[in-house]
Amino acid sequence: MTYEERLQKVLVLGAAGKMGSGILLLTTLEMIDLKLKPENRGKEFIIYALDVSQTALTGLMKYLQVQILKAAEKKINQLRAFYADREDLIDNAEIIDEYIKDAMLIVRPVTTLESAYEVNIVFEAASENPELKVKLFSQINQNSKVEPWFFTNTSSIPIGHLDKQAGLNGRILGVHFYNPPAVQKLVEVIRAENSRPELSEFVTQFIKSMRKVEVPSHDVAGFIGNGHFMRDALYGMSLLDRLMPEVSFAEAVYMVNRVSQDFMIRPMGIFQLIDYVGIDVCQFIMKVMNPYMEKEDIYSPLLDRMMETGVKGGQNFDGSQKDGFLKYDKGRPVAIWDVERGAYVDIAVFGAKCDEKLGPLPEGHAPWKNIVGDRGKDAKFRTYFANMQQMNTLGASLAVDYLKRSREIGRNLVNDRVAHHPDDVNTVLLTGFFHAFGPINDYIN
Amino acid sequence: MKLRKKIYLVAGYNTIAMGSGRKEFHPKKPRPGLEEYMKEAGQGVLKQIGGAANVDECVVGNFIASRYNKQANLAGFFPFVDEGLKYKPCVRVEGACGTGALAVATAIKSVLAETADVVLVIGVEVQNSVKAVYGADILAAAGWYKERKTGHAHFFPGKFSDRAGAYYQKFGYEKTREAMATWYRNAIENARLCPTAQEYHNTSPDLMGAGMLKPNPITFTENINVFDCSKVSDGASGAAIVSEEGLRRCGIPLSEAVEIVGLGMAENDLTAAPADLTRLDTTAVAVKKALEMAGISRDDLATVECHDCFSIAGIMAAEAIGFAEHGKGADFILEGNTARNGKVPFNTTGGLIGWGHPTGATGVHQAVTIWEQLTGKAVNNQITIPADRPYGLSVNMGGDDKTLVSMVYRKTNV
Repeated sequence: MTYEERLQKVLVLGAAGKMGSGILLLTTLEMIDLKLKPENRGKEFIIYALDVSQTALTGLMKYLQVQILKAAEKKINQLRAFYADREDLIDNAEIIDEYIKDAMLIVRPVTTLESAYEVNIVFEAASENPELKVKLFSQINQNSKVEPWFFTNTSSIPIGHLDKQAGLNGRILGVHFYNPPAVQKLVEVIRAENSRPELSEFVTQFIKSMRKVEVPSHDVAGFIGNGHFMRDALYGMSLLDRLMPEVSFAEAVYMVNRVSQDFMIRPMGIFQLIDYVGIDVCQFIMKVMNPYMEKEDIYSPLLDRMMETGVKGGQNFDGSQKDGFLKYDKGRPVAIWDVERGAYVDIAVFGAKCDEKLGPLPEGHAPWKNIVGDRGKDAKFRTYFANMQQMNTLGASLAVDYLKRSREIGRNLVNDRVAHHPDDVNTVLLTGFFHAFGPINDYIN
Repeated sequence: MKLRKKIYLVAGYNTIAMGSGRKEFHPKKPRPGLEEYMKEAGQGVLKQIGGAANVDECVVGNFIASRYNKQANLAGFFPFVDEGLKYKPCVRVEGACGTGALAVATAIKSVLAETADVVLVIGVEVQNSVKAVYGADILAAAGWYKERKTGHAHFFPGKFSDRAGAYYQKFGYEKTREAMATWYRNAIENARLCPTAQEYHNTSPDLMGAGMLKPNPITFTENINVFDCSKVSDGASGAAIVSEEGLRRCGIPLSEAVEIVGLGMAENDLTAAPADLTRLDTTAVAVKKALEMAGISRDDLATVECHDCFSIAGIMAAEAIGFAEHGKGADFILEGNTARNGKVPFNTTGGLIGWGHPTGATGVHQAVTIWEQLTGKAVNNQITIPADRPYGLSVNMGGDDKTLVSMVYRKTNV
């Protein structure tokens, strides 16, 4: 079966979710662009968008339409070539409309699994629950008329485990997109021991065609992305204990968040990132990862405590941020959760005091957004972090320790054979987490 | 042929050229409409000429509000600009991107026909109502509609990409690209001095680097990059065209006026492809007519406003005006002749690339810029006008070298 033939019948499981909708969009675009090639005219391309709720599917179809419009506007040159023989389509606007119609026509929103029994490919973006995934895969595999390939978006469950449990005989690969898939360039690809090589070949072509960046990871729970993030988050939470005798919980969260954002020049602080991903999701990922870790405990009692009080973070359907460790107003943190009192405390009340405790930013500091695209950033970071190490302030010392820990986590991922190479760890953090520099660096002595 | 009466341009006014690059611009926030732009520019002129009572006629130049703004019949906005203009004769003219100068020419003809001594002229366009990808469809109307289907998605950038490609082939890629980037740098540097310019807030540290960006046929066009192009702009420019009697009526001293001493208009067949992609033939004809009418040569010019909708058009315009031989335009730019401290500064407030290109307003904006330079009102943009070269030239182009209006202006206090 060729690449095109394989993509003629596809299913996205959990299509209305945050990750599923992105994967559906990307795959739909890839499929419609294949279908519009002269040699593929007349061939049927179908993508099933499977989810449990009709309401969610209605929202999904709307999302898809808007996103296809955006994609079409960007590739208008290509679309004019696709429709060159359609004399009735003259303006860009007419061509874009037609493309959206054609793309939407290959999508079938469905709520029952039966549709899956004829597809060649299953992209799975159901919730991060090993039992659920195994159940869905087994059912499809047993009923399928063909031998489908399974691409799972799991960010933490070992692929080999899913393969064995669902009896897929190596017809499975981890294809881990980052949130949101439509925007994020990174795709982590995880081969299980028995994964068939033809799946990897297909996925490499698929990722290349979407102009995304493939980073291979070994099949170790959490892979590279969450392997770094979860440990990095645990370290951030451990710093609270270091600060807390002196300051309140909310003040400590504020300070660690500020250090991990401003001092460390990251796009957001560690607690904001936990909120962004979702406290519930982080808790769940740790739970999935922990049984596979022999030397360490990937577990946070603090996340449990947050969940018990019902503070979960994550995002609303429109992409806006829900409150978590931090409370947000138009996307900006304005208050911090006080876990003792069970209420948010305005940053305005204590922010200045905490900033004073941390001390000034080292000389040569540039905000993340100003430096991330700077071609000469390496030299600037070198100077900045050298200055940081000369300083005797709380903020600088927390940042230096944090950067060392982040580097150690990165190196361990290579030593523990999760990542093939230090560059892969850095690529994941640079492209998947939008860091301005990779964790494995020599900025800190 | 000479103009049969003395014709003056006075009381120039420009709104901000609004669009991407301006700090105030946000594509999703509400912005002024056509009529507000007309009102600002119109009032800006009326204040300088003693009010609407002094106006005999009005002309508005607008390319294609019918599609950008779902609005036609623009002459009807004059009484909205000022109640005192109610029941005055008003007309709207159109010649694609050459509209603005056509409006000025129409005003000149009214004065020459002696139906008016004071004509209020406004050019206006509001283009940020749609994204550029759809704006390309609208602007394509400046070409022949039957070419739209086979044309580039970005129709006019495609046309001038073809011209640039032909020019590279004939006269060398590297040198031409460098001249195009230099053109861009000059444009932005001039715009940074002009508070109404769209690129006034441009702080890019490496203009040559941006200008030299390799063209990408997948995302844009084969031979030109986005910095080679004028941007999408909203804006209006206004001025008054007056006779000697009009000057007296408005109480404007001669030193505040420029005299229009040459008017060259030329049209070419919209359905015909250019005979030579590396030349702007119609531009050359219009400029020759204007210079002949003024009785001067290009060497008498102190400054030029040319139609640099694309940087390659700027280079070709320098050749069409006669400053450089065919194929030597790039050298002329690279030698610094068109820079603000060069032999003959071009587009001193940024031109279409730097100041902005609200299509129907551009020809009026060019005239206002020359008026500012020759009357010493150009503030930070002011260049030295040598006493022995008291002339300015404007060239406004509609379509791909199709509808051309060129004018020669003379400083009055010499």
